[in-house]
Amino acid sequence: MTPALRIMAPGLSTTVQDLGRHGFQRLGVSVGGVLDPVAFRAANKLAGNPGHTGVLEAVYYGPSFAINADDARLAFAGADAAVEILDGADAERGETIDVMRSVRVRRGQIVRVGPIRRGTTLYIAVEGGFAIEPVLGSVATDSRGRMGGWHGRPLREGDVLPLCRATASERDECLLEGLDLAAPRRIRVVLGPQNDWFAAEEIERFCTGEYTVSAGSNRMGMRLDGPALRHRDGFNIVSDAIATGSIQVPGNGQPLILLADHQTTGGYPKIATVISADLPALGRLPAGSKIAFTPVTLEQATAARRELFAALDAIDDKIVRLTPPPAAIAARLLECNLISGVCDAAA
Amino acid sequence: MLDYKLLPAGDTALVVEFGDRVDPALSTAVLALAQALDGERIEGVIETVPTFRSLMIHYEPLVISSAALAARIEERVRTFRARPAVGRVWHLPVCYGERFAIDLSDVARRTSLAAQQVIERHSAAVYHVYMLGFLPGQAYMGDVTPELALERLPTPRASIPAGSLAIAGRMSCVFPLETPCGWHVIGRCPIPLWDASLPAALLAPGDKVTFVPVSAREYDRLKTRASEGVLRVEPVSEFAGAVA
Repeated sequence: MTPALRIMAPGLSTTVQDLGRHGFQRLGVSVGGVLDPVAFRAANKLAGNPGHTGVLEAVYYGPSFAINADDARLAFAGADAAVEILDGADAERGETIDVMRSVRVRRGQIVRVGPIRRGTTLYIAVEGGFAIEPVLGSVATDSRGRMGGWHGRPLREGDVLPLCRATASERDECLLEGLDLAAPRRIRVVLGPQNDWFAAEEIERFCTGEYTVSAGSNRMGMRLDGPALRHRDGFNIVSDAIATGSIQVPGNGQPLILLADHQTTGGYPKIATVISADLPALGRLPAGSKIAFTPVTLEQATAARRELFAALDAIDDKIVRLTPPPAAIAARLLECNLISGVCDAAA
Repeated sequence: MLDYKLLPAGDTALVVEFGDRVDPALSTAVLALAQALDGERIEGVIETVPTFRSLMIHYEPLVISSAALAARIEERVRTFRARPAVGRVWHLPVCYGERFAIDLSDVARRTSLAAQQVIERHSAAVYHVYMLGFLPGQAYMGDVTPELALERLPTPRASIPAGSLAIAGRMSCVFPLETPCGWHVIGRCPIPLWDASLPAALLAPGDKVTFVPVSAREYDRLKTRASEGVLRVEPVSEFAGAVA
């Protein structure tokens, strides 16, 4: 039988994601991919995967799934959640584990993620990844383009996701310590490309106002409520291309930040663009969060990008082995014949 | 030399803007620059995205700085005017019948034309493909005759079927996938415009397109052949033109 995860409850919206498909925007294909590349990388590293392996991205409320494999190693990284592992569908209570660690689960066990707290997105990596054919070089789910991931859509109850590995590798479980995934209140932007569609006082309003993340946000865009911005001369531009992080201002004056699944072109003026180093933080902001924008120069943005890359590289160094309980250590040492059975190390 | 502006779209994309209107001359300049830059294979450039009036260049700033990229563009724009643009000519079958054309009578009423006149005017034009965007393989084609130019619907429809031919302003689009849409639907095209497995968009910017009215029966025949994967769609000709 093909090793797999069987989805028992999909959660609010759980999709297969990786770093997205690049090079096809000219054909109208969105880049897509994870909202928070930092937590994504952490999940893969905890699972022992290459950093770009496809994972599950859950938002607000995570999935429940059964393990249809001899055993499997899972890793959870991102916002907080109480992950419960139950010994079968009839079990009432199971073991609860924290996120930012790996865990080995066996056939028939059920993993229940539930509500995601202090953030929005949680990444669930499986050692070896999913046996899903990439589309245009990526397994990211493109819901608008109906391609990639699992049949080009969020997961549903009854989906059976094939795994690349039938068993977990023999190794200790891991924990990730000291990775700061708090979302900053100030989001850095580079003004433009259409900042000249706004008078100086409107730019000032944008840069000094406080905006609240609206519940109408999704993977395509983050809607904001706050000081409305007036256009100098109408709000329809001749459509041009959109970059991830573009902040467009439609007719109602409320800015909208375009996220991973944004369409490739659009016809609203874009007052500014969130710098690439702050895009992961956008993926962590739940509805109701208060944010403000700080304009920076391209040089500052590039320096921040360099820092982000360094932080991604440093994730490897933050991974530590989960210390097994002392009895297990003693048993292991005995196994290895490193201590004698009559010697009590604690004596 | 063509006038242009360089506008940052964040720290990983740069926009080369030739103007702010829909104009085949601007489109030709955009496409010629895209072709030229793609041919150069500049290290650090990830992809270029041509639109009506500008070219977005996605780049890795830790490989090529914005200033260095701007210098390359400057050099290229100064010399690219003689490059020829190549395009293809397509005749795409469309059924304008009432089974598919849910807004045809409304368009006729708003334009004070008979439904048949709307069809005749729409299918008489040769359209220029300005760009692909919004959905995979979705071509923006213009210009629709001013007689048929209408504002978008005040409230977009939740969903229109794949293959729908619709108009808004001076543009015409065939929507390759089922999608929410605020345009006026006046027909349906049986030819698939997008295949992710190849990947292939049937149309490319710079192509010329004419819509050929077909009966509902012919639509069904073509649609069946397309779904069986035996429909071969070829351009009727190719052309080479000079960049303005």
